[in-house]
Amino acid sequence: MAHAHAHTHAVKRHSGLMDWLTTVDHKKIGILYLLAGGFFFLVGGLEALLIRIQLWKPMNDFVSADTFNELLTMHGTTMIFLAAMPILFALMNAIVPLQIGARDVAFPFLNSLGFWTFLFGGILLNVSWFTGGAPDAGWTAYAPLAGTTYNGDHGVDYYVLGLQVAGIGTLIGGINFLVTIINMRAPGMTFMRMPMFTWTIFITSALILFAFPALTVGLAALMFDRLFDANFFDPSGGGNAVLWEHIFWIFGHPEVYILILPAFGVISEVISTFSRKRLFGYSSMVFATILIGFLGFMVWAHHMFTTGLGPVANALFSIATMLIAVPTGIKIFNWLFTMWGGSIIFNTANLFAVGFVPTFVMGGVTGVMLAAAPADFQYHDSYFVVAHFHYVIVGGLILGIFSGLHYWWPKMFGRALNETIGKLTFWTFFIGFHLTFFIQHFLGLLGMPRRIWTYLDGLGFNEMNLISTIGAFLMALGTILFLLNIVTTAFKPKNAPADPWEDGRTLEWTIPSPAPEYNFAQTPLVRGYDAYWKEKMDGHKGMTPAEPLGPIHMPSPSILPFFMGVGLFIAALGFMYAPDWGDMFDGFKAGYGVGIFGLLILFGCMFLRSVIDDHGFHIEEEEILKDKGGKA
Amino acid sequence: MMKRWQFVKRLAPLMAMMVLVLAACGREDLSTLNPQGPVAEEQFGLMKLAISIMLVVIVIVFAISLYVIIRFRRRKGDNTIPKQVEGNHKLEIIWTVIPIIMLIILGVPTVQSVFNLAKDYSKDPDAVKVIVTSHQYWWEFEYPELGIKTAQELIIPTGKTIAIEAKSADVLHSFWIPSLAGKIDTNPGANVNKMYFSAPKEGVYLGKCAELCGPSHGLMDFKVKAVDESSFDRWTAAIQEPVALPSDPAVAEAFQSKCLTCHAVGDLGGPAFPNLTGIGSRESVGGILVNTDDPQYSNEGSVYDNLYRWIKDPNSIKPGNQMAGAYDLTEQELEGITDYLSKLTLDYEQ
Repeated sequence: MAHAHAHTHAVKRHSGLMDWLTTVDHKKIGILYLLAGGFFFLVGGLEALLIRIQLWKPMNDFVSADTFNELLTMHGTTMIFLAAMPILFALMNAIVPLQIGARDVAFPFLNSLGFWTFLFGGILLNVSWFTGGAPDAGWTAYAPLAGTTYNGDHGVDYYVLGLQVAGIGTLIGGINFLVTIINMRAPGMTFMRMPMFTWTIFITSALILFAFPALTVGLAALMFDRLFDANFFDPSGGGNAVLWEHIFWIFGHPEVYILILPAFGVISEVISTFSRKRLFGYSSMVFATILIGFLGFMVWAHHMFTTGLGPVANALFSIATMLIAVPTGIKIFNWLFTMWGGSIIFNTANLFAVGFVPTFVMGGVTGVMLAAAPADFQYHDSYFVVAHFHYVIVGGLILGIFSGLHYWWPKMFGRALNETIGKLTFWTFFIGFHLTFFIQHFLGLLGMPRRIWTYLDGLGFNEMNLISTIGAFLMALGTILFLLNIVTTAFKPKNAPADPWEDGRTLEWTIPSPAPEYNFAQTPLVRGYDAYWKEKMDGHKGMTPAEPLGPIHMPSPSILPFFMGVGLFIAALGFMYAPDWGDMFDGFKAGYGVGIFGLLILFGCMFLRSVIDDHGFHIEEEEILKDKGGKA
Repeated sequence: MMKRWQFVKRLAPLMAMMVLVLAACGREDLSTLNPQGPVAEEQFGLMKLAISIMLVVIVIVFAISLYVIIRFRRRKGDNTIPKQVEGNHKLEIIWTVIPIIMLIILGVPTVQSVFNLAKDYSKDPDAVKVIVTSHQYWWEFEYPELGIKTAQELIIPTGKTIAIEAKSADVLHSFWIPSLAGKIDTNPGANVNKMYFSAPKEGVYLGKCAELCGPSHGLMDFKVKAVDESSFDRWTAAIQEPVALPSDPAVAEAFQSKCLTCHAVGDLGGPAFPNLTGIGSRESVGGILVNTDDPQYSNEGSVYDNLYRWIKDPNSIKPGNQMAGAYDLTEQELEGITDYLSKLTLDYEQ
């Protein structure tokens, strides 16, 4: 850390709304991700409820067929890109730097940029509801249905551009965390001493780095098809519709692991902490995570068994897919044997984690069943698949997120969530979840295709659909209870101790809750795996510092990332509506003018970022000492 | 607080439900669990093998979970630190090797079946060839060797292998007859797919579109009707006979100018939309209005009633279909055409 300019720069801090718009602090960005992701989770959940209301009885017309397709498309897209991923980003922002003993991420400015592009991309996507129709070609947006011939309005344009803008944020975030984890670990924190959550985020970030460019390329090609009359995916113009399926799933399958690996990390931390035991088979867990990440890129065509790739491809992708069960099984048994012989306490966080294990196994075994291509000819695009991926994503990822949020809430906000409401949340959500989705396996096997607006009476689907809808309302109740818990907790005193669970094992529990701006007053020296637990067992009160107390260099806040998001938002709208808005002057469309204006904002901000010399500021020793005294 | 009975209570209804559902394997003409032909049977066999292996996994994991949750929960006031175990090589090898063995047991028949189901019968002289073309939201069936084109109802002879060539005229669809065979996508352009199936037993089997294709995706049903070979021969002859126009000249004129521009009957009319020859003896109108003299549900009715409903307002039956708004009929023309079509039958069944 260069001290050449130390003490010469004034402390730059904003307060109130301006603080949140300009912050580059990973902990605050984590909270922003949680707020935005939580909001979109509610939106996606509402869409899911409308879907289930439409399907509660046969031949229902609660929503129209067009609206139903918009709902199913937006439900999937919102939940994956705007709810699940941002909430994971919330947890990784809030926790990873603390777990590795860092003061911030490697690129704080980029971190903020990632958040704002995600948010503006997400808003852009949802603006479509109010401008004449949301995208309706499914979250997979298969061509040619997603092309202009069959989707003439702007719905799919919002999908393409909204995801493109939001995707920038994800890619930036992935690169940022790769660099952070490689470069910013505290002294002694070797790779094989990293907490499991950090490991999974590391692998997830690597997957983002390789998977998201595929999505970017696919969306760019689809954008050219839609906005500029290109022919990548339109067979009538010489394109190929199957090409889109490949590009989408080369991104889409790793995306599943991008989502689930962090949940694995959360579960590993929570089960280990609340069993008061070291994670069983740590090195095989690391190995399994890497293997899952690697295999995740080798199996995309199992989403396309019925596309007609031929027997050789289908056989190879069947076997490759089955292989993933092996490292996943290793993880399951490692969790069970972490609990074996432990002293397990069942608080809310651990209920979610322990509930995760059998639930995820159920999603995993249906995954292996789906891997057998000839059987998949029957399961594919039926409700069996719907049940399978909701077991993985809700029963896996969302239970993991709930577990992680209850676990780290005190570290993020300085207040622990209420345990009674928490347990109620768990039981309603958990029972509701199984009620909703277990039955859907059978709906699929009995011949109900997915993504259908309604079904005929007398086919034997009625009762099961009704049960499924009742389950969905229970899940909604669970979510409302969670919100209630957040609100009531917010009014409680901010008094969580540094190690609120008393069994904390990793570095984040060595610093106050919530962590001060600079995280660690002194960078800790890590002497082993489960660094804090090791010190506790050796009879030490805290970590040994690796450096003397001194002024801490901090990055300056900046409003530029916010405006870069605004610029992209304006540019996307301009290019999208260029065909409708007429000419600004002769032969030049007004929409292009607006688009270029948006891009100018973006490039202007980039220019300012490049020329303004900003060395950040320092937090002086006195302030750090004052913090320490105040929190003791 | 987690008590042991809560866990059991959670599982009990699920297991009970599973037993219940598996006991009744669904409709014979729709369920993958109640296969009616060799292809669906082979797929069901693989499903049963996979389910059995996976049930073993589930039972093991659930049993260990249950034991661990009950046995190792923290007692009140217990502040002991459990032994910190790093791992156990023997155990870790066991739970790596056993799953691999299980996957081999599943993987070998999977690969065999993949190749078995990819057999090409398109050159087999004994097979009946059918070109399936999907449209938003109807199915066209062409028998190239017999020179027949029909729609919505695939008539096949029992026992014969049906060699399918599947493609799409517009967006992606997927051709699925759950009780006879798994699905195959119908792609636009040059990505034509092949599959085969057969139905040993006579009967009507329900077919579905299994790929999102627009608002009426869920309503894009078709029927597969398996009849004995002599009936099939009678059908192929009957459907190629010329068809007379409606006897009332006003109705005939309306039918010609407003229907035959797109549809065909016999050797009259155009090929763009479903061929109507023999529509009066089909199982359903528009794929979903089931023809029956004993209607129970809102989508059932007599052939006449169903045709009337459909022609009067197709968009209310299948939103977004291309027939809506393409014509304008007076009440008299509508009734005349409906009556004519409802009597446009093929007599081929015994």
